[in-house]
Amino acid sequence: MSLENLKQTVLAAIAEASTPEELEAVRIDALGKQGSVSGLLKTLGQMSPEERQVQGPVINGLREAVTNGIAAKKAAFETAILNQRLATERLDMTLPAPEAPRGTVHPVSQVMDELAEIFADMGFAVAEGPEIEDDWHNFSALNIPETHPARAMHDTFYFPDKDAEGRAMLLRTHTSPVQIRTMTSQEPPIRIIAPGRVYRSDSDATHTPMFHQIEGLVIDKGIHLGHLKWTLETFLRAFFERDDVVLRLRPSYFPFTEPSVEVDVGYSVVNGKRVIGGSEGWMEVLGSGMVHRRVIEACGLDPDMWQGFAFGTGVDRLAMLKYGMDDLRAFFDGDNRWLQHYGFNALDVPTLSGGVGA
Amino acid sequence: MKFSLSWLKQYLETDADFQAVADCLNRIGLEVEGIENPADKLAGFRVARVLTAAPHPQADKLQVLTVDQGDGNPLQVVCGAPNARAGLVGVFGVEGATVPANGMVLKKTAIRGVESNGMMCSVAELELGDDHDGIIELPADAPVGMAFAEYADANDPVIDVAITPNRQDCMGVMGVARDLAAAGLGTFKPVEVPSIAGSYPCPVEIRTDDPEGCPAFYGRVIRGVKNGPSPDWMQARLKAAGQRPISALVDCTNYLMLACGRPAHAYDLAQLNGAVVARRASDGETVTALNGKDYALTSEMTVIADDRSVHDIAGIMGGEHSGCAEDTTDVLLEIAYFTPERIAKTGQALALTSDARSRFERGVDPAFLDDGLALLTDLIVQTCGGEPSEIIRAGQPPLERRAIAYDTARCAALGGIDVSADRQKAILESLGFDVAPDWTVTVPTWRRDVDGSADLVEEVVRIVGLDNIVSAPLPRAEGVAKPTATPQQSLERKVRRAAAARGLNEAINWSFLPQKEADAFGALRQAQGERMWVLANPISEDMKVMRPSLLPGLLSAAQRNMDRGASSVRLFEIGRRYLAAHDGTSDERLTCGIVLAGEKTARGWATGKAAKFDAYDAKAEVLALLAAAGVATDSLMVMGEAGDHYHPGQSATLRMGPKNVLAAFGTLHPATAKAFGLDGVVIAAEIYLDAIPAKKTSGFMRPAYTPPTLQAVTRDFAFLVPDSLAAGDLVRAIRGSDKANIVVVRLFDRFAGQGVPEGQVSLAVEVTLQPGEKSYTDPELHAISMSIISAAEKLGGMLRI
Repeated sequence: MSLENLKQTVLAAIAEASTPEELEAVRIDALGKQGSVSGLLKTLGQMSPEERQVQGPVINGLREAVTNGIAAKKAAFETAILNQRLATERLDMTLPAPEAPRGTVHPVSQVMDELAEIFADMGFAVAEGPEIEDDWHNFSALNIPETHPARAMHDTFYFPDKDAEGRAMLLRTHTSPVQIRTMTSQEPPIRIIAPGRVYRSDSDATHTPMFHQIEGLVIDKGIHLGHLKWTLETFLRAFFERDDVVLRLRPSYFPFTEPSVEVDVGYSVVNGKRVIGGSEGWMEVLGSGMVHRRVIEACGLDPDMWQGFAFGTGVDRLAMLKYGMDDLRAFFDGDNRWLQHYGFNALDVPTLSGGVGA
Repeated sequence: MKFSLSWLKQYLETDADFQAVADCLNRIGLEVEGIENPADKLAGFRVARVLTAAPHPQADKLQVLTVDQGDGNPLQVVCGAPNARAGLVGVFGVEGATVPANGMVLKKTAIRGVESNGMMCSVAELELGDDHDGIIELPADAPVGMAFAEYADANDPVIDVAITPNRQDCMGVMGVARDLAAAGLGTFKPVEVPSIAGSYPCPVEIRTDDPEGCPAFYGRVIRGVKNGPSPDWMQARLKAAGQRPISALVDCTNYLMLACGRPAHAYDLAQLNGAVVARRASDGETVTALNGKDYALTSEMTVIADDRSVHDIAGIMGGEHSGCAEDTTDVLLEIAYFTPERIAKTGQALALTSDARSRFERGVDPAFLDDGLALLTDLIVQTCGGEPSEIIRAGQPPLERRAIAYDTARCAALGGIDVSADRQKAILESLGFDVAPDWTVTVPTWRRDVDGSADLVEEVVRIVGLDNIVSAPLPRAEGVAKPTATPQQSLERKVRRAAAARGLNEAINWSFLPQKEADAFGALRQAQGERMWVLANPISEDMKVMRPSLLPGLLSAAQRNMDRGASSVRLFEIGRRYLAAHDGTSDERLTCGIVLAGEKTARGWATGKAAKFDAYDAKAEVLALLAAAGVATDSLMVMGEAGDHYHPGQSATLRMGPKNVLAAFGTLHPATAKAFGLDGVVIAAEIYLDAIPAKKTSGFMRPAYTPPTLQAVTRDFAFLVPDSLAAGDLVRAIRGSDKANIVVVRLFDRFAGQGVPEGQVSLAVEVTLQPGEKSYTDPELHAISMSIISAAEKLGGMLRI
């Protein structure tokens, strides 16, 4: 048999082997001790150098071809066996994966974080104060004496208790007492925001006895209404992430500011909903003004040296305007479905670089 | 306050339409809350004449009319009014018009088989009165085809303005006109005050015995009046203002109040006895007010009384018995000045509001007593006739005017608008201020609210227009904004986001609870002498006590969710619980509450039956959130006394040292769960965020990273221990047995039953040993094992072999 014939015969046998066992038999026939190819290799030793130079590469080539053929075939068998096993291990990947509950952050908390982020950039720290207040901090120090009609504007929850100084205890009706607590405890210049729970004895479709406000206070030298306007514009544009936020300032009255300014924000109607931006209509969003000199005096500061502005608005309302909820009562109901719908992902942390809205 | 445009124009010469007026009002701080034009709802109604009237073929009570509505095409209309007849001129509603009374849109229809186009209307259908008897009958010469709104002069928009508490002067139409004129909308036409001399001495003695509460009390009698309905023009204005016409005498006082912001009172002289005196009430004295209610008075209140009884809660509400009636013939008019603070206190004490109170407590114009009395006398004499007496003036109103030293530079410094001194002067003068050359500004008597230069700045900027304020950036600190959160705020944010990341939903619950729930959850603290805050005027019994715990609110929310069909509830809240400090101030402590109820995992194809939450889920949440808050949880102690609302055997506290409780958690007591209407196992936890010690800040640098050079070795041990032994004690003992080598002790098996003696339990731990410089030798490992075994034996444990 010529070498070429032998090669064809062995490779054909490899190709024909249908089991690993048959392949092994072919291997032994060709490459085993008595194998046909092994026999040829042995002949090399008896050849003359010249002959070996010619026959050597040919015979070795034959051996290599056979070895490779067997290896390839063997790999093919292994692949087939693996495939066969894998075929039996099939999973129905349409079956549901293990579920993990999705947690949420309440919109009020989210919005408070957003506000803290925006105001931090403008140099405002977050201040806090007690929700159970005395009437001096909540009213008197804010230039609302007992007989002032403005006290009737606040439907106040009272406690029968008095503090050590005989002041009536109550639930704060606004976050403004934090202004007083800040001005009496720290030296100007002051820039703070004070978010938190406030309480009014009021309950209907649009009012809840508890809600959230945020207060802002700047006390410095040479602060005027222009700074107030800029601050509110800048804050609202950052909060709603729109450059077309337009403010309308209207004279108003709060006992603790003079002049007092009510701030309307322009809205447009998109798909039947009011969206902040533009000026198709106006809605009241903030109360503000220049801090009344009596308030500054009550805090032990010199009103001829220090002046500034204060503003306040509803956090729940800001959340509603930005994210589209329309029922305040649902904020305090703890309904899982509502929390899943309006709540925020834990990782939606407001940042200036990533955007404060989510 | 509501008023019609025509009324306003009595005091304001202007061509401005209602929209221009409304815009100007908003601009100067008189906020427009609504504008309603009565003509709007009369759109589509016309003057029409009935040409023919014939019986309806199918119905006895109906007629078929042909109606001429002015366009030469008479329409057929079916009508049920008994007074419908040929020749009648009435009001016709065309197809498409909306009937004001019921909102029905008129359309072509068939009534009992006869075509009808539109409707002839009654007074009631157009909301012009209560008369249901038939269709409106207009004079025969009423112009057919004219819009009824035009015919009826209904095109008079009503503007509703919210008056802020500082602006008493604008609680009358005249004051609003003055403000608008100052803003350039027209010319102010103050009311013309007639001069009415009395023809006889006032027959009643008038005094003020309480000059503090009632500094001035002016009065006069009008004899021979005839009470009855007030004239149409007055009724129209009162109605537009939302005031129900009552009788001419009462309407005249109300008209004066609404026109000039000046409340007054008219007594039926026949009901009075002796001198009429402003005095303090005596404690226990009572009066039946015009609203029919009885009020108990105190000596802190000013009243108007005669020799027999109290007839008026001064400045707030008149008495029922001396009010004017149909048959009143002689009246005593009262125009007084009451001290605002007194009125406010009395009104608050009696919880009684009225139009008079809202004006007096803000402070009416003390210089308008004589004018007011003259105007009221004139109104009454014009409408009811009668003969006025001379005036008695008891006391003196406080007429001194405040003077403010003003610096025009304040306008720019505070208001942010540069306004020339001349312009400022003009504005102030147009509002009634007097400006002296040295810029001493004298405040008009009707502007009690103005008492400092900031108020003057406000007057100037509101008239100039706040639109003119130019935004001025706040000076910005150099560099990148500094962090502002306090350590407590950062901690709160971390815990919140960690809880949400662990699958919990953040709720916000009311800060107040029913007494019963507060008691159940505050018992432990009350026992320690802490007080709770109980509202004196709660909105309901369910919202009465400030919560001493966050759990009741969360449990109620869980129960509501369950009632709505939720299968699983994972709620948390971060908020304050409220305690009373010993000095009477509020002690509010930041807390995180957690409630888990229902299914932990739903039934699943891989996991089988639904799994319930257990007390270890609470422990897991608490540890995770404490770790998020930066607490080294490994060193915390697990102790008892979680509270009576927990299952006594399935609850614990986590403490940092034996006293500082950081958290309480476990299975809720079944009785507590039941009280909240919750079935099955409920898991709860509270983390006292206020108890977490502030972290010492030591910069950002971490300690150097020095991984051990040799690999750690693990060894397993199983011990039989008494089942009363806390596994944690065993773990701690083992860890403490060789602190140099043992780095981790992890309990991985707990078994009782076959092979374990009664009363005992098998606990298995995996101990990780960390060699230092050299690998352990067998004798070293043996020595460590022995110390572990001996530590366990000290606790009654026995190595299982």
